Amino acid sequence: MLLESERSGDELIVRLKGAWLIDNLAEIERALAGISGASAPLVVDFRAIEALDLSGAWLLHRWLVSLGERARVEGEPPAHFAFIEEVLHREPKERIAPPEGKLSLHDALAWIGRNSVDWAKQTRDSIGFFGRVTVNALRVLGSIKRLRLPSVTRHIYETGIQAIPIVSLIAFLISVIVAYLGAQQLRQFGAEIFTVDLVAIAVLREMSPLLTAIIVAGRSGSAFAAEIGVMRLNDEIDALQSIGVNYFEVLVLPRLAGLVIALPLLTIIADAMGLAGGALLSSILLDISLDQFLPRMQDALAPTTFWAGIIKTPVFAMLIALVGTYRGLQVRSSSRELGRLTTMAVVQSIFLVIFADAVFAVVFVELDF
Amino acid sequence: MAESDGVTEGYAHGSPTNAASDTPIISVRGVVNKFGRQVVHDGVDLDVYAGEVLGIVGGSGSGKSVLLRTMLGLHRPNAGEVLIQGKNITKMSNEELLAIKRRYGVTFQHGALFSSLTVAENIQLPIREYFDASEEVLRSLTELRLRMVGLPVAAAAKLPSQLSGGMVKRAALARALALDPDILFLDEPTAGLDPISAAAFDELICYLHRSLRLTIVMITHDLDTLISTCSRVAVLVDRKIVVDTLSGIMSNPHPWIQEYFHGPRARAAEAAVGAR
Repeated sequence: MLLESERSGDELIVRLKGAWLIDNLAEIERALAGISGASAPLVVDFRAIEALDLSGAWLLHRWLVSLGERARVEGEPPAHFAFIEEVLHREPKERIAPPEGKLSLHDALAWIGRNSVDWAKQTRDSIGFFGRVTVNALRVLGSIKRLRLPSVTRHIYETGIQAIPIVSLIAFLISVIVAYLGAQQLRQFGAEIFTVDLVAIAVLREMSPLLTAIIVAGRSGSAFAAEIGVMRLNDEIDALQSIGVNYFEVLVLPRLAGLVIALPLLTIIADAMGLAGGALLSSILLDISLDQFLPRMQDALAPTTFWAGIIKTPVFAMLIALVGTYRGLQVRSSSRELGRLTTMAVVQSIFLVIFADAVFAVVFVELDF
Repeated sequence: MAESDGVTEGYAHGSPTNAASDTPIISVRGVVNKFGRQVVHDGVDLDVYAGEVLGIVGGSGSGKSVLLRTMLGLHRPNAGEVLIQGKNITKMSNEELLAIKRRYGVTFQHGALFSSLTVAENIQLPIREYFDASEEVLRSLTELRLRMVGLPVAAAAKLPSQLSGGMVKRAALARALALDPDILFLDEPTAGLDPISAAAFDELICYLHRSLRLTIVMITHDLDTLISTCSRVAVLVDRKIVVDTLSGIMSNPHPWIQEYFHGPRARAAEAAVGAR
């Protein structure tokens, strides 16, 4: 107990005692709330307080102020009060506004309006970003010296070569799974040999470009956004601009170029690993030896099948690199922004890759490619 | 301000560390810190006494921040020990360490405010972490902290990125003061501030020291700060430390110390503070 009260005539004598420290915040609050309810005038006696810190003194002071005329102080007030009075005196009184309560219709309209404006701005900014990238890319193409080769090679290494193990593994496993499930179905018709056609076409046309792009979007799209975002937070991009360096040329284009080179190459590796997976499963499960598998595969594939897959990958690479760098550049102030935009970069680049793949599918069918 | 000096014994801080005494509250004994082959500290001894303002100075790379981190238990020295109230910090149990850290307030070089939280949330975070308090009480305590460091109360709802450099330093100080600490550790509190804000910040530190009897350990490069606030000065030179009163240090014959305190900038700072 931090206080005891005793009735004396009309007045209630409140003797404060014990430790009024920040450690006992909850108790202090309870004690003060408990005594505030009394209607009688209060006489507050500080003399029995054993320990008081600034937080305790502040709460006590606030409480006395809220009681106003109803409370009378017995004995010397604590010395912390002088400090508090001084602090309060230094500035005009102002309270922290409590967080906003219920949402009104007005707020809802404002919310819709704000979001619409934000959305429009975002669209405008992303078009602007695309335009700036294009302009800068054309300028770089004009004089190849401007292309930062060391930087481009670094990005080829990081986004391409370092991704080979994971891309190979996934391409291999997925094609084994497809071959296995396909064989189960085709066996019902005694057409197991078509498993070869299934694997070869599915892997080359769709699965390895798409899977590789999705893995790279997860790996490198996030890395792009995070790297550039942290540079934003450290004002490094402002520093670049103040030196007179075009940050599109230094940050965006090398990533774009690196990925546009790396992704098709990665896809070729994924193609090879996928076909290897299919061949392995066929020889183990379907008794189709490699000698049978290879000619069958060559029959199944049109000359364009491989290219139908590969031709999509530079587009995927551009989407991933553009979204990643764009979101990274949008980071403004806080670490939370960084996380949000990195997530957004990955989600959007995966979505865009799949969307682009769908567009390609339709176009290829129309073109009979 | 004079009346707030008389914090009577009975109302003194809850912790025994605030009682004036000759036993140091923090002792650094023979601390050696190495990074790879580079030796930063080679047998550093330092005592911090209750109620003093101790300034730590040294050239860039002389290991001021490392020393501070060692004292805080954030960095484990290669040799030597840090004693807090007679106990070795590296041998403490987690509970003991927490109880001690709870009595510390620390500000970092760049403020280190949590960028995704508002100023009010930054200040409330330590209080929420240790104690159980209602929103009303938290708001009220936040208001006090903000007023103590001279921030407008409207700053509470701002994010750190929306504050000016001086306000960030003040908000960081407000967070350091959140738990009513006995000891404040300040890492370059006035770095990057304009002279007016820096002088105001010095004044604030003096004010808090006088009125709350805080023990303050601060790293600083700012000669004005050093001269106007510190009662003792520790200088890191040649991987060792020299501790003395300000006037004692200034008459130290070591060439770096002479250069530091008697260079052209030092003379200007002295003159400026003398004139004040």
